Amino acid sequence: MESLTLSDGEQKYYSELFLSCDVDIAKKVASNGKVLDLFRSAQLSAEVVHQITELCGATRLGHFGRSQFYIALKLIALAQSGLPLRLESLNSVRDLPLPRFVMGKNDQESRHTVMYADTENLGSYSGVIPRPPARVQGKKVSAHEMIQPCVPTVDPQPDTISPVVSPHQSPPTSPHAWRKHKRQASGGNVERQASVPGVVWPPFREAQPAPVTGDGMWSAHSPPPVQESWLRYCSGASVYTSAVHSLTTVRTINENQRHGSGYDDPWKITDEQRQYYINQFKTIQADLTGFIPGSAAKEFFTKSKLPILELSHIWELSDFDKDGALTLDEFCAAFHLVVARKNGYDLPEKLPESLMPKLIDLDDSAGVPEPAPEVGFSASPVEDTPNKSPSLPSLNQNWPELNQNNEQWETFSERSSSSQTLTQFDSNIAPADPDTAIVHPVPIRMTPSKIHMQEMELKRTGSDHTHPTSPLMVKPPELPDETKLAATIKYPSAAVGDGYSSSDSFSSDQEPISSGVNRQRSHSGASPEGLKVVAPPPPPPRPNASHSRSSSLDMNRTFVAVPAGSQQAGVVAFPPAVPPRPLPTQTSMPHGHRPVEGDVLPAHTSTSPQQIPEQPNFADFSQFQAFAVDHPADDGEKSDSGQAERCAEGAEMMRTVKNEVQPEERTAATVNSAKVSTPLAPPPKPVRRRLKSEDELRPDTEDPPQKSNVIANVLATQPSIPRSFGKDKKAIQASIRRNKETNTVLARLNSELQQQLKDLLEERISLEVQLEQLRPFSHL
Amino acid sequence: MIGLMSRDLRVRVIMAVCIAVIAKENYPLYIRSVPTQGELKFHYTVHTSLDVVEEKISGVGKALADQRELYLGLLYPTEDYKVYGYVTNSKVKFVIVVDSSNTSLRDNEIRSMFRKLHNSFTDVMCNPFYNPGDQIQSKAFDSIVAAMMVQAC
Repeated sequence: MESLTLSDGEQKYYSELFLSCDVDIAKKVASNGKVLDLFRSAQLSAEVVHQITELCGATRLGHFGRSQFYIALKLIALAQSGLPLRLESLNSVRDLPLPRFVMGKNDQESRHTVMYADTENLGSYSGVIPRPPARVQGKKVSAHEMIQPCVPTVDPQPDTISPVVSPHQSPPTSPHAWRKHKRQASGGNVERQASVPGVVWPPFREAQPAPVTGDGMWSAHSPPPVQESWLRYCSGASVYTSAVHSLTTVRTINENQRHGSGYDDPWKITDEQRQYYINQFKTIQADLTGFIPGSAAKEFFTKSKLPILELSHIWELSDFDKDGALTLDEFCAAFHLVVARKNGYDLPEKLPESLMPKLIDLDDSAGVPEPAPEVGFSASPVEDTPNKSPSLPSLNQNWPELNQNNEQWETFSERSSSSQTLTQFDSNIAPADPDTAIVHPVPIRMTPSKIHMQEMELKRTGSDHTHPTSPLMVKPPELPDETKLAATIKYPSAAVGDGYSSSDSFSSDQEPISSGVNRQRSHSGASPEGLKVVAPPPPPPRPNASHSRSSSLDMNRTFVAVPAGSQQAGVVAFPPAVPPRPLPTQTSMPHGHRPVEGDVLPAHTSTSPQQIPEQPNFADFSQFQAFAVDHPADDGEKSDSGQAERCAEGAEMMRTVKNEVQPEERTAATVNSAKVSTPLAPPPKPVRRRLKSEDELRPDTEDPPQKSNVIANVLATQPSIPRSFGKDKKAIQASIRRNKETNTVLARLNSELQQQLKDLLEERISLEVQLEQLRPFSHL
Repeated sequence: MIGLMSRDLRVRVIMAVCIAVIAKENYPLYIRSVPTQGELKFHYTVHTSLDVVEEKISGVGKALADQRELYLGLLYPTEDYKVYGYVTNSKVKFVIVVDSSNTSLRDNEIRSMFRKLHNSFTDVMCNPFYNPGDQIQSKAFDSIVAAMMVQAC
């Protein structure tokens, strides 16, 4: 590279340019993009620019160092002067005019004094509103051309465009004045409007008014090319509606010029721009809160003559809610992108934040499916809130505008949240049935009582045995309890009972079966997919006000002391819904060590009414325990039957247990509890009796006394089990009805739980497979 | 071995080696495969899988289209890879080819991949600038597909 001698003026000018191009502030290398834009704006043909680039060595180096840059500038000056490009001539040509650049885009931060005021042009321009930013220096004619079309199309956005126009002079020409001023340093108006981020007309002129013929203004490419381009586009856009040719002219000029490279915040939409967009929107869709259908938008944007692929990409970026239609915000964003693209800016990969439509619709609770945080800045379409600051405009002020977006967002949210609603609905399905809801096993009230705990233990352990633990293991912690219980209960049928049983066992409350069922049902309904949900967590005691069974019941007494006969009453509680817990009879079952579970499990299968008598048994694990100890055989039978019934009802069982457990509380207990027992069936009168304990219904104790044994055990501690056989019939029938309802609920729950179990087993299998696969490598 | 191990030990992410979208008339709208292996081979695979797809969707004679499930499942396995299919109600087919060694792929994961593809495809369709029948050149669609592809090592 030959040494370059620059005059002072040149030196200054070049350094200014270099600084403006030095986006990275590296002070060394000017970014290629900006430099090339700059060079192109020199109104030289591409080949010349290329040649210059090569000559100055940038091609070799890959970047423009300061020296390369200076050389290039010199060469540009040469070229502009019509001299051949030769390195030798760099130093030989004297009095070379400074290279002239017509910059469309302003570089906000760089105030380049090298602005060649084109007084003439400016003069003419100043009046023009939508002035295409680029003022071609050498091409006054073209500039005029530009102006021409612009003038007629004095459109809406006068201001924005204007700034572009006359850097120097016209500071004032007012409408655009504020913009222009910004741009025109020369004009002394250097107001930078925040809304025009980066669109700053470098006051080039100021720097060197003299040397240059002042043809044009050179403004460094600024990030917000959009401004100018928009301006230009505006004129162009107006051309859409009016004359395409002028647009073309303008566009060509524009395109010549700006090719913004760095974006400070190039995507900010200024107010004028927005106003313009809004107007355009109105031409398509009068209602600002409405949508522009895709086809209309397609036609409109096709007029911009961008390639379809790019339009398609712009659409993808701007159709935020992907509904095939453009809201006002989306339309503005799209328009903005088109303008940018027309001006040579590359389309971003993602929608810039400033163009994001307002997603957050405060009014719409449906929420914002999209990245909500990016509330669009651009949202203040209507108001002229000067978005001076590139920062997030206060949402508040945009809210009014949002109204118009509400619809869109609502629709959007509807669309997106439909699934949510569906799922919610699903979860509510279960309790839908009022009866069944009631039937749900009462959540076990953790009336912390030893007996209850024991019951739970029994149940839990029982379930473990009954079911392969692996699936259970993978379950969430709480699940194990329930699943175990469920497992035990499932034994015959399925999980339905599990939750119930556990809850039952735990709740010493004699909660009405209904409540119990409700709870369990809610559990199952809530998360059909998870076993965990199925079984209501036994531990947390549910204080059921409705339960007459107080937690104060001494389970120990209940379980231990339950006499054969009396227990029936106490046990009555079980039948209603609790899935048959492993009755004591089943202690003899394989489980052996889990006599209780054993009892419960077998009973599960059949909720045959005749087993009602057993009900009390299974519900009350403690009783089983007692049974196991005492009357494994006897109880087993009874418990079986009872449990069978209970199984079906699951919750009812629980309830039964609870009922049993708290015979005394029963007194206050509602009829519900009684129902629990009754539903199971007539046979388990003793059980029923229990349920109805608090009240009237005392199932005939004469019923299987054996069952009563079982129950008795349980109820042993329930001293105050009233045996009122008087109202049995009615109560029984009522309880039968209720039990039946409970049955259905439990059956449903059962199926759900089984499904869950299946899923979990699947998972387990897959995990095991993975584990196996990993194993060989584990030691590596 | 070690390479295999490293792959297995990595978090199992569903990775396809080839993803294709075929139009109703059985010409490809979009096909992308991992460049490491011959793309032509995948193109053939996808092409032959179309037969299986046709067979599956025409097999349900009595059932109406809406009863037919969109997810077709494993179309056919070869020793190197497995091919899964999915067809939309407008007879646009999606085909995913996965490596056979990626045995941890569960059915649900493949389904979710298809679901994502379908959603992205719907977005492409919604674009008024897209003419049905054109090649899919949407960047968003590309990014979704790229996310599902095996990272070329």
